[in-house]
Amino acid sequence: MPAQVLTITSGKGGVGKTTAVANLAVALAMEGSKVVCIDGDIGLRNLDVILGLENRIVYDIVDVIEGRCRLKQAMIRDKKLPELYLIPAAQTRDKSAVSANDMTRLMKELRSECDFVLIDSPAGIERGFRNAIAGADRVLVVTNPEVSAVRDADRVIGILEAEEKGPASLILNRLNPTLVKSKDMLSPEDVLDLLAIELIGIVPEDENVIIASNRGAPVAYDAKSKAGQAFRNIAKRLKGETVPFLDLEAQDGLWDRIQRLAGRK
Amino acid sequence: MEETKSLVQIKGLRDGLLISLDDAPWEEQHAALIAQVDAQPAFFQGARLALDVATQVLHVNELVELRDQLSDRGIFLWAVMSESPTTEQTAQLLGLATRISKPRPEETRKFSVDDLGEETALFLNRTLRSGTRIEFPGHVVVLGDVNPGAEIIAEGNIIIWGRLRGMVHAGSNGNANAAVCALDLSPTQLRIADEVATNLRPHEPPQPEMARINEDGTLESEIWSPDR
Repeated sequence: MPAQVLTITSGKGGVGKTTAVANLAVALAMEGSKVVCIDGDIGLRNLDVILGLENRIVYDIVDVIEGRCRLKQAMIRDKKLPELYLIPAAQTRDKSAVSANDMTRLMKELRSECDFVLIDSPAGIERGFRNAIAGADRVLVVTNPEVSAVRDADRVIGILEAEEKGPASLILNRLNPTLVKSKDMLSPEDVLDLLAIELIGIVPEDENVIIASNRGAPVAYDAKSKAGQAFRNIAKRLKGETVPFLDLEAQDGLWDRIQRLAGRK
Repeated sequence: MEETKSLVQIKGLRDGLLISLDDAPWEEQHAALIAQVDAQPAFFQGARLALDVATQVLHVNELVELRDQLSDRGIFLWAVMSESPTTEQTAQLLGLATRISKPRPEETRKFSVDDLGEETALFLNRTLRSGTRIEFPGHVVVLGDVNPGAEIIAEGNIIIWGRLRGMVHAGSNGNANAAVCALDLSPTQLRIADEVATNLRPHEPPQPEMARINEDGTLESEIWSPDR
């Protein structure tokens, strides 16, 4: 079966795109899929750092595109998961080194190699973002429950609609159930009400995410972390399984509301 | 070269160039335009360019490609005009103008409700997301929401069958008789003619509302009620 190409994007920076890519890649590989993740943020690479593969980089995506190496040579195998690969971004070049056609061509080649290709899009709606969505079959939009992040997600969804990229799915990252309860944070309902796209996962705020990222071992490995569980659930949903949403705060009924939201399309 | 000339027509404007493209497949037009530019780099360097693409249907990737190519050549593409609504939407999405502003008339026209009656309306059957800007010299009707960060500027009335949370300006060229109606009227900012309101709050639950300028000249909104 040809691979599914997923682009993870957000508009706003710092909402957790790279973390989401790393965790979904790990979670999918743990489920037994062959996964290639690509750092699309050329000039500002960091997916390699979060995956703990920085010291293994020899060739990068620009080398592949400009023909200095074969595709296989730029695919770095993960330390723990033999079915997980990373194609890193170039650190010393910029977005203009890659075109949308290059990306589409690369995806064509990768599709026969694996089950999932995950592309980490740069922030913004400029060239790097266009390149990252060019070869995508499906786009996941990451946002935080913050007004500015949601505003940018809305803009990105508008562009995806205009590009006829099919309906995007939403990952709501860093939700703090206590703040939602005290009405100091946008609730999942508020966000979905505005964005009106399918919700594929809610990831609770969890300090383990930062600790894990700094260690180069994504939180998806952590069996006890709720954020890790949330990412593993998203991975299962990407594989077509139906998984109920996490019980983030049973007592105040947020759980019920999230379940209701998950039921609506 | 003969063919290139027939596909691309260049005209000088007060503040830049207007290029009109003839009916031909986009690849040909696109190539002809770039060829034309490359043939006279000195002439085009630093130009402000407005592009009339007639009936051509263009999507975001095509326009972005062209904009990037032009900008690589030192040309600033600021407007794309088209008879195709898809192309207009694309241009609006990219923040490009879709009309070349005509010189303002010396005298401001006095408007009345009757004036508006003859004008046309733009019907949008979709939600306007952040970054979308709609400008229309008549009424605008939206079947969908207007999200924060989206803007509608209409010379006539604005009617939203949905939530209005973005910025709207009705009666944009001075018509104080224009109105704004929405099922949930909670805009970031609402303007009618020269009046501005920023204090409209959503109701819980939402109620249909209409904003207009009353006899005292103040902008206010009223909840629709079946009794009146």
